[in-house]
Amino acid sequence: MIKDKVKKMMAKTKRITGRFHEMNILLVLIVLIISFAIMNNRFIGFGNITNLLRSTSIIGVVAIGMTFVIISGGIDLSVGSVLALSSVIAARLMTSGVPIFLSIIISLVAGAIAGLMMGVIIYEARVPPFIVTLAGLSVFRGIAMLLTDAKKIIGLPVSFTNFAIIRVFGLPAMAIVWLVLIIIGVIIARFTVFGRNIYAIGSNQEAARLSGINIRASIYKVYALGGFTSAVAGILMTARLAGGSPSAGSGYELDAIAATVLGGTSLTGGIGGVFGTLFGTMIIATISNGGNIMGINPFVLKIIIGVLIVLAVVFDHLQKRRGI
Amino acid sequence: MVSENKEIVRMEGIYKQFPGVLALENVDFQIYEGQIHGIVGENGAGKSTLIKILTGALQPTSGDIFVDGKKVIISDPIVARNLQIGAVYQDLTVARDLTVAENFFLGQIPKNRFGFVSWRKMAKKTAEVLKELNIEVSPNMILEKLTAAQKEMVLIAKQYFKKYRVVIFDEPTALLTSKDTEELFRIIKKLKKEGVGIIYISHRIEEVFEICDTVTVLRDGKKIACVPVNETDIDGLISRMVGRDISDMYSITHQKLTEEIFRVEGLSKTGVFKNINFNVNRGEIFGLFGLVNSGTTKIARAIYGAEPFDQGNLYIDSKKIRITSPSMAVANGIGFLPEDKKTEGLAIKLSVRHNINLSSYPNISRMGFVKGKIENRNARQQVKALNIKTPGIEQIVINLSGGNQQKIVLAKWLVNQCKIFIFEEPTAGIDVGAKEEIYKILELLIKKGSAIIMISSYLPELMGIADQITVVYEGTQMGTLSRNEFDEKRLLQLASGVNLKEDNIR
Repeated sequence: MIKDKVKKMMAKTKRITGRFHEMNILLVLIVLIISFAIMNNRFIGFGNITNLLRSTSIIGVVAIGMTFVIISGGIDLSVGSVLALSSVIAARLMTSGVPIFLSIIISLVAGAIAGLMMGVIIYEARVPPFIVTLAGLSVFRGIAMLLTDAKKIIGLPVSFTNFAIIRVFGLPAMAIVWLVLIIIGVIIARFTVFGRNIYAIGSNQEAARLSGINIRASIYKVYALGGFTSAVAGILMTARLAGGSPSAGSGYELDAIAATVLGGTSLTGGIGGVFGTLFGTMIIATISNGGNIMGINPFVLKIIIGVLIVLAVVFDHLQKRRGI
Repeated sequence: MVSENKEIVRMEGIYKQFPGVLALENVDFQIYEGQIHGIVGENGAGKSTLIKILTGALQPTSGDIFVDGKKVIISDPIVARNLQIGAVYQDLTVARDLTVAENFFLGQIPKNRFGFVSWRKMAKKTAEVLKELNIEVSPNMILEKLTAAQKEMVLIAKQYFKKYRVVIFDEPTALLTSKDTEELFRIIKKLKKEGVGIIYISHRIEEVFEICDTVTVLRDGKKIACVPVNETDIDGLISRMVGRDISDMYSITHQKLTEEIFRVEGLSKTGVFKNINFNVNRGEIFGLFGLVNSGTTKIARAIYGAEPFDQGNLYIDSKKIRITSPSMAVANGIGFLPEDKKTEGLAIKLSVRHNINLSSYPNISRMGFVKGKIENRNARQQVKALNIKTPGIEQIVINLSGGNQQKIVLAKWLVNQCKIFIFEEPTAGIDVGAKEEIYKILELLIKKGSAIIMISSYLPELMGIADQITVVYEGTQMGTLSRNEFDEKRLLQLASGVNLKEDNIR
């Protein structure tokens, strides 16, 4: 009786939240937040929480695009470099007198094109995504450095850099951008044909192809999306640094992959979701932030995060083997 | 000189039961030193099952195997290897990125006195063997860089080098030119001279007569005959291969054929198939029949846009259409059920709902957004209509049984409402009950005016349900017979490439 009820409830939650794993990871996040809050009341302070959201928003945005790419069975190592490229493009345009809004649009388009180009090579030349985006990591960073002579571009309009400080309904604007993109990401994943196709391709590309799914268009779009979210993160970074930095975002690819995997997205594709990535990102950020406040050695925190990633994946595999 | 008749392997009373099918029934088989023993039979007669049992890839349900008169249990391919029984195509110890010499010595690489690999010794030994067999390949060539024929020769040479006593050839000439085939036969004869027992499986019956001493005929898992080749002829063999009853099981309600819905004109692809022509009517089941590697699947995949072709035109409702990808085929109302349903038809990590709607999303969406209600309704309808056993439409497909997975692949095309269906071996690997259900679905589809192009290598089934059958042999269309002309022997002769000049083939 009770068992049936529980089963029914679980099925319902499953429907609402997508995959069961996301519930687990949310639970871990809540437990983490509560324990940090108990151990140190500075952690749960409004100032700290909003700060945490603001500083996490940039990697959080990168991880959204990464999630889609990984669900499609690919990987995008170029995200940090595309972030830097869009950052310097936006900054260069703004300092040359181009209107802020237009500068942002151009920078976002540039990011999407960078991603699209990699998608084209991946599909047309059948080069593994790992290789193409590894090359992208090098090439786009190189272009960003060339464009700026490896120097930070400063002197941006204050009305732009203020974006990093302003709050809307008490929340940092940067965090709001992140959360809005999360919602859009969830909608794309759950409710659009594109989303359905990405999961299908990641689960079995040949079956997807023989089912009449246009693989070319889907691969193009997913890498363009990856480039686009990296560019959004680049804009946020530019506002936060009050300048276009060609060295911004290095190493972000691994942080974004870590957040995605921790959030339950399978590196072999076909499984996962944006909510999971949101929780994964938050867990990593919470551990570093909470640990810092508690005065835990940051190197120890790094070890803890690494162990957690492995545990999450092992747990996921065990669960699958039991056929839940 | 070895004695001609020392027995190496004897298989006695072999039975093999698969779920729903008895693949082998009381089969005896012997192979002697220096003997080339052919095995012939239609697709599904049990040839490969027998070979898989001998090489340890499958276990017999009952029956005994003796090597040198001693009973053995070949529990896996390694046991077979230790008994010096090898199959050229099933050689598990091939490393395609290593050199020929390394492949010969794999697992027992010789060392020099410093403990390093002795490349010289390896190359020398390998060169000797290659020379002995007259194979013009350098020991230092990377295996992958060789031509298909050279690769095959090298693999045979390796089995010779390893002193295998029984070597199995399963369709060895499928990829070879006639010159390479001659070369292959020369090497096979050399092995024979050395006393190796050779099992030779080929759908090219004339080859069996050219090279074999003895031939065993299998039909429906039973041994029908084992005769010296000089005591029979091609006609005699084919007569023994056919002769099954076409039971009522394969009869379905046929529709009156009205207008043409689909036409293929002059479809060609260099080296694969040439000048294929046929037309399919509304309400028709059109059979495409051929033996192993005949090209029927390639033709089907070319029509569907899954593989490119060089020449030819496709027409739907007499309008010429262009198809270069599966998505274009689907947009034109063509659906395709692949033979390997699990690896080519299913996204096993996804839900039943997602899989059933996989090819239909463009039809059930607006502005790129999926209409969730229709999606769910589609899935529920198919689960009910096909009697798919699943706890719910959100169940992940990997957790379902094989039969239910197959139904889901079929369901995907039923919700898509195609006009033309291409079915590749739709009943392969499923039990009798599920077959009945599939036939019911086929009946329903043609009743609604769809056309079905069915590729099947199982002749009785195809003869039972098709309205026309076109036969393909090595990429050549041998003829098209309509229902009242169906004759198993004649179809099999066409499929075996036996010339029937005087016959009135349309």
